[in-house]
Amino acid sequence: MNGIAIRIDSKYYPGQTTPVIQDFALDLADGEFVCLLGRSGCGKTTLLNCLAGLDHHYQGRIRHGQSSTRPNIGYVFQNPRLLPWRTVRENIELVVADPKQAPETLDNLLETVQLLAVQHHYPERLSLGMSRRVAILRAFAIQPNLLLMDEPFVSLDAPTARQARELLVQLWQQRPHTVLFVTHDLREATVLADRLVFLSTAPMRVIRQIPITIPRQARHDEHQIEAFRQHLKQTYPDIQSLL
Amino acid sequence: MSLDSRNLPTPDAVAQTFWQACLSGQLPYHLGATLLRLVASFAIAMPLGCALGIVLGRNRKLDAFFDSWVMLFLNIPALVTIILCYVWFGLVEGAAIFAVVVNKLPNVIVTIREGARALDQDLLEMARCYRFGQRKTFVHIIWPQLYPFVMGATRSGLALTWKIILVVELLGRSNGMGYQLHLFFQLFDVASLLAYTVAFVAVIQLLEMLVLKPLDSRARRWRR
Repeated sequence: MNGIAIRIDSKYYPGQTTPVIQDFALDLADGEFVCLLGRSGCGKTTLLNCLAGLDHHYQGRIRHGQSSTRPNIGYVFQNPRLLPWRTVRENIELVVADPKQAPETLDNLLETVQLLAVQHHYPERLSLGMSRRVAILRAFAIQPNLLLMDEPFVSLDAPTARQARELLVQLWQQRPHTVLFVTHDLREATVLADRLVFLSTAPMRVIRQIPITIPRQARHDEHQIEAFRQHLKQTYPDIQSLL
Repeated sequence: MSLDSRNLPTPDAVAQTFWQACLSGQLPYHLGATLLRLVASFAIAMPLGCALGIVLGRNRKLDAFFDSWVMLFLNIPALVTIILCYVWFGLVEGAAIFAVVVNKLPNVIVTIREGARALDQDLLEMARCYRFGQRKTFVHIIWPQLYPFVMGATRSGLALTWKIILVVELLGRSNGMGYQLHLFFQLFDVASLLAYTVAFVAVIQLLEMLVLKPLDSRARRWRR
């Protein structure tokens, strides 16, 4: 792959006359972690669905590098979307092309996210935080070239969300690939991303792209994150409402 | 009114009649004939009804087109289809089975169609995104969601099929429970009538205990 080029000229919801997305252009480099920031309901999930190939009703083009075939895409939805009638392990095995291939690999992955002990439980017996970890693991298990994440840590308490973020970064660093992460939480985005992309509402388009200059190892420092936010606030008046 | 032992036989008398009918081989023979018809019509109506129900539940245009046909067949009295089948195809086994299937099919379609309409869109999207393919999507996503509806259709279907088969046998077959019950009616033989009913209830209970309940508990194992 050589990056992803997203060009959506327009996207309408059925039966509506105003577009939800218009003149949207965004390029993602290989192995880049990009966070999309925008108000709720601005069309971020719709954009991810277009990227994932779940929604084809738009004007425009999404190019995955040189190849014309769709790459391996992992998608962590806003709700975990696990199959309640399959165990944790079965849920992950189902997405893997050949589950018999290497059970140890799956064991290791389960161990990394501390789910080995509950691998034979059904999702209904898991807490929300655990279910979200399973959903993340499922996306990683297919060894994606592109990982789409739609507010995957929403409605988790602060310590659980922090753990989940650390885990995400750890998994991503073990095997770098492009990540497009949707959130409306600037702090979360600043901790995770290489680049922030700010989006407008109705129709959605890119207002501003800002690379994050704080080194990854310094991002656990609350002061650095807050200083970065203040800096954005003073420098860019056009994104005030999103900060 | 005094208690007439012929019209109101004691449990004891019924048990004795039951035992004798078993020993003579009459009851097993007729019950077996009815059971065979049940199995045959069930084996045709369930898979066919499931397939049609899924197709109609997932395709709005087809559903709109066939909806009034389904409703028509759902509401035609069983007796009408049975008589028509016998008139058109003759008093043969095929006509009997066909009549039962025609009566049972709309019920299965309507139940399964509800299930197919209510499939979780989120999970179907997940399956598309992770490229499950058709077979895997059916086995792991669609079937588990349809399962309660299939069980519902099985139970209500069994009850309905029994009743229709008996009418079919009464009108045009020379064996089976329906044929026997008609005979007992003519002889006012209430004890035999009740003895056959007991056999009937026993079979249904066994089916429920040995087949349907275990299937249910297996399918519910993931629920809290």
